[in-house]
Amino acid sequence: MRELLAAGLILLGLPFFIASTLGLLRFHDVYARLHALTKADNVGLGLICLGLALQASSLAVALKILLIWGLILLASSTGATLISTSALQHGPSPLRLDDRDPDAGR
Amino acid sequence: MLAVDLLLTLAALATAGQCLLLPGLFRAVTNLMAFGLVMALIWVRLDAPDVALAEAAIGAGITGALLLTALGQLPASQRQLQHVNYRFPHLFIPITIIVLFIGSLVWAAMLSLPKLGLVKEIAATLPYSGAEHAVTAILLNLRGVDTLLEIAVMLCAVAAIWSLQQAIPPPVLAGVNYPGLTTLARWLHPLFLLTFCYFLWQGTHAPGGAFPAGAVLGAGGVLLLLTSNIEWMHQRAYNPLLRWLLSAGLLLFLATALSGFLMTGTLYGLPPPLAGYFIIAIEVATALSIALMLMTFYLFGRPGNWP
Repeated sequence: MRELLAAGLILLGLPFFIASTLGLLRFHDVYARLHALTKADNVGLGLICLGLALQASSLAVALKILLIWGLILLASSTGATLISTSALQHGPSPLRLDDRDPDAGR
Repeated sequence: MLAVDLLLTLAALATAGQCLLLPGLFRAVTNLMAFGLVMALIWVRLDAPDVALAEAAIGAGITGALLLTALGQLPASQRQLQHVNYRFPHLFIPITIIVLFIGSLVWAAMLSLPKLGLVKEIAATLPYSGAEHAVTAILLNLRGVDTLLEIAVMLCAVAAIWSLQQAIPPPVLAGVNYPGLTTLARWLHPLFLLTFCYFLWQGTHAPGGAFPAGAVLGAGGVLLLLTSNIEWMHQRAYNPLLRWLLSAGLLLFLATALSGFLMTGTLYGLPPPLAGYFIIAIEVATALSIALMLMTFYLFGRPGNWP
């Protein structure tokens, strides 16, 4: 039962990683790519970590795996704000809705 | 697991190739960092967690960040220096021949190696070395001279960076406000300290020890330094103290080597009953010294310009 639940959680986490990778490759600017990467990665990694923690041999190992998820949540969200702040200051500004999207209709 | 190994090999080859062949220094640096991470995973698969820890912390993290900063210092015109007239079909055949030649040499050397290496000899001397973990025993006692020279090389690197230019103040002071970074650095630092102590304690009996511990503490210190939470390093009054602290690890190491010479007659020959205490002292001093050296790399030059 526990094995099944763990496998289910890990399988549920995989589509988030695939979607965020697609977003990273296909979105049009830094901000949209960050949006795809951080949010989807966090949920996907959370599900996979939950699945792995369920399979862990002891409570200590399970807690360590969950700690990894917490640390990555902190680091990736802060990293995302850092990259976007830096991009706002030095790079192109975000595309607005009324800007013509060169990739529209593709 | 064969699929995982093959994927890792392909990823290492691909990132290494992109690092070398793609134009643009930024791509080269990011590919080098990715290559470091892939190499860390490969070391894990080869059952060498010590090397994996060091590779992930130093190869991927600290070196990558240093290279990125150096790239930021370059004027925009020099960031494309890598434009070599690269002709793929022209060079393909000689490169393939050289790679095959070197590969077959390495393969022949590997076949002629004794299968077990030095495992038996080290297992025999482990009880007298003062450490329970083979890697720690080799690094800090059996081949301690190598580690001593590594620390000396790192100290030389600090001296080289200091001789290049004046220190650059952290970006926070230049008026750029990055949200969350300062808070993150403060929140995470207790955890960095905890991991540092854990690695040091673990080094005597399991993968861990001075180098990973120093790298972790150094990484935490770099975060604090870049958010300008450590201002004393830039101040002139603390400059002599900083220099003494930097060389403390090497000095203690040298003192140990000399006292080993006085006690047993061979340089760095630690007497077995005392070896454990020596190893702990060296490990703590080396780890602190490595952490401090990694931090001073991120001063990007000679500090002491502030009153």
